[in-house]
Amino acid sequence: MKSIDPRPSVIEERLKKVKRIIAVTGWKGGIGKSVTACTLALLLAKKGYRTGLFDLDFAGASDHIILGAKGLFPKEEKGIEPPVLEGVKFMSVVFFSENKAVPLRGANVSDAIIELLAITQWGELDFLVLDMPPGINDAALDVMRFARKAEVLAVTTPSVIARDVLARSLELYRKLKVPILGVVENMAAGARTKTAAAAIRHDRGLEKAIGRPAALLRTAFAADLGRALKPLGLA
Amino acid sequence: MHEWALAESVIKSAVEHAAAEKFKKLKEAGVVFGELQAIDKEIFVFALEELRKQFPGARDCKFKIIKQPAAFRCKACSHKFLLKDLKKTKDEAEFIHFMPEMAHTFLKCPKCKSPDFEIVEGRGVTISYLKGGR
Repeated sequence: MKSIDPRPSVIEERLKKVKRIIAVTGWKGGIGKSVTACTLALLLAKKGYRTGLFDLDFAGASDHIILGAKGLFPKEEKGIEPPVLEGVKFMSVVFFSENKAVPLRGANVSDAIIELLAITQWGELDFLVLDMPPGINDAALDVMRFARKAEVLAVTTPSVIARDVLARSLELYRKLKVPILGVVENMAAGARTKTAAAAIRHDRGLEKAIGRPAALLRTAFAADLGRALKPLGLA
Repeated sequence: MHEWALAESVIKSAVEHAAAEKFKKLKEAGVVFGELQAIDKEIFVFALEELRKQFPGARDCKFKIIKQPAAFRCKACSHKFLLKDLKKTKDEAEFIHFMPEMAHTFLKCPKCKSPDFEIVEGRGVTISYLKGGR
């Protein structure tokens, strides 16, 4: 017989007590997915929701920088338990890479995602926010395969290029019957466009708040995203 | 005890596959330990024994542990090499234990120093065979 990969059999079990999984996506790089995912997780935790954040962008992991996560490591307990930062259970490949480059080919990315999904004990969560890598690649396909209840929160910018790529991604998610919560237009100059559920103004103060969760929550960026929670069905 | 989570995946998967194969009784499962992940056999077997109570389908199953050496092939220069040819610190070995793909971060082809190599075999935990009565 062909050898069996046992890990997928327990992934559903690991995510069983997670009420909602929000995949923060957007197929272009540099449009603010990670800042959106981190700020969203912080906002939800601040509202009292049990929240987790999983940085799935292995090649460009950056949530630990945004959150200022230093000196953290998962606890071994019948798997691994994510460390808690500002009320958010946080998992990232950087815990195991010492912040060095992670040069993985597609099949390796898939193997790494399956491994972490199989061994991470998230426990009871109201929200698990997934920070997705750009593009439709192994991470995105694996999330659709294993986290079947995932809902997409798409991030874009006012750029024609980003919007065009976004339209293609939304078309695919609709075909695959993945629920789409809505589109957040980041770095917006003014009012939101027709297709966006919310606009987040370009915030010059955001960069200074990187690495400081409390400061991040005081930014105009967080205020705009906070106002978007209700229209997006997240609060 | 991160071995516990993998042991749970093995016993759950074995029981599910035995049911799919319409085995009346699951008698034996071959569990491969890839050298790269360096699973602690004692902890893993302890976890299996504890978990057996939750999985009646595996009550009488013998889990046979098979150790598989890790073998690599460089994608840049095609050189084939083994884990014993590579140097790693204790911390690096620990990170690879949690996530074998970290081999690409900490290990390099001994010939051309590329991190772009294939783990041909001996990565982690798999089930190689199941035996049962029909």
